Amino acid sequence: MTRYVMIADLRRCVGCQTCTAACKHANATPPGVQWRQVLDMETGTYPQVQRTFVPVGCMHCADPPCESVCPSTATKIRDDGIVEIDYDLCIGCGYCAVACPYQARHIVHKRDLAYDKQAMAHEEARFDEGRMSVAMKCNFCQSRIDTAKQTGQTPGVDPEVTPACVNSCIADALHFGDRDDPNSNVSVLLAENQTFRMHEELGTDPGFYYIWDKNE
Amino acid sequence: MSRIEPWHQLNWDWRAAGNFIGGGSGTGLLILAAVAAGQGTAYWPLGFFGAILVGIGLVCVWLEIGRPWRALHVFYHPQTSWMTREAFVSALLLPVALLAAAAAAPFIHLPAIAGGAIWLAALLAALYLYCQARILHGSKGIPAWRHPSLMPVIILTGLTEGAGFLVLAIALIGGFSVWPLILLFILLLGRWMSWRRYLANLTETGAPNKALAVLNGATPMINILGHYGPAILMLLALVTGSLGPIFFALAGLAAIAGGWQMKFVVVARAAFNQGFALPLTPVRGTGKPGPGDKPGWNKSGQ
Repeated sequence: MTRYVMIADLRRCVGCQTCTAACKHANATPPGVQWRQVLDMETGTYPQVQRTFVPVGCMHCADPPCESVCPSTATKIRDDGIVEIDYDLCIGCGYCAVACPYQARHIVHKRDLAYDKQAMAHEEARFDEGRMSVAMKCNFCQSRIDTAKQTGQTPGVDPEVTPACVNSCIADALHFGDRDDPNSNVSVLLAENQTFRMHEELGTDPGFYYIWDKNE
Repeated sequence: MSRIEPWHQLNWDWRAAGNFIGGGSGTGLLILAAVAAGQGTAYWPLGFFGAILVGIGLVCVWLEIGRPWRALHVFYHPQTSWMTREAFVSALLLPVALLAAAAAAPFIHLPAIAGGAIWLAALLAALYLYCQARILHGSKGIPAWRHPSLMPVIILTGLTEGAGFLVLAIALIGGFSVWPLILLFILLLGRWMSWRRYLANLTETGAPNKALAVLNGATPMINILGHYGPAILMLLALVTGSLGPIFFALAGLAAIAGGWQMKFVVVARAAFNQGFALPLTPVRGTGKPGPGDKPGWNKSGQ
């Protein structure tokens, strides 16, 4: 089996938002919609305060609430663990959006442009009517993952078949790969480091790990 | 700047609340109209009105979905989706309720059909009401909705609103009997207790501060309008003699209004999402991890 997961090394992330920009470029998301974003979290009280940059997005859960509530079967879990949306099936009811505890889903009902009235060339070229009024979210750049099956390349290792956010990370904080392959990059990282997953208590089995320290 | 603390979800608004208001009141009325029919109250106007309320709720949902002309896709996922199950039940409930009302109407009068159809409609209405409660429970991203203590609130308020409509209808046709008052009183008591339990359990297990502020802020008015008010009006109905039917009707109206306000507050105003949290902060250099944080929550539980 294959279970693609992402890892963010919180010790390395500097909050530069390059992954956010790369995602926007790769997926042509509309203004105000970020499938990948980096939170700037301040914790503690003065003088013991810390600042942590936390990449978030769809966690590609193994037990995703968005999939079980979806009335149209538009949201599906692929065999490789990626949670995808069929835009042609989705009715835009928003049930998945209120079921997702990671705020990862977006529904845009009106076409917004970056500069008000005049669409820029890339906005015109890449506008997709099929994504209007339906749910959308990060898909781990699934078209690249699917390309790997044809080319024999390895997602997470070969940039051509790796999610854009991971490729763009300047601090080598983001990693992607197959958790079920014991020799994969992510399996090695998970074995060598201590990790947590966000809102793990909700039982969604998220496919996004955060490294907070090396193993003792 | 990204948001970290829970913020109000943007996808379900007054139209979603309208579905829970219309569906809850309509199904409550269909259930209690069946009970009342056994006591001699005319079923057909109540049955028609109950079906209309459910239909209004469904229209609200249809107005909310982004791709209304794909609405039939809602039937594709009965395996796990309570929204699909609600849709299937509604597809049976509306024709059965309308058939029951028509068969019970004096100008058609088909008692052989009406008897079974009335109870079948009540059964389907109960299923529909349960589906609505489960829909909110399945919304894992909204702490105020997913809490299991909300399910009895949704079911009990649906029945209470139905009892309110029943009392109102009996008052309007000039009748007066004690059993609907007793029924309404018991349901009001149940709704009041379930609401108190919901608030206490939600606070205890942890919830976004803003959701708790909305719910606690609305509770006095919900209680005055939806619990204490109807109770006092029912008492007045019993002791004021000729004015009894007026207070009887007002008690029903207040019970309905309180339930509608309760659901509007829960669905359209207290729907703050999960937000983001860190169980601990990363180790940098040779230091130690710092404490985590769950900003915007009253406690770090679920």
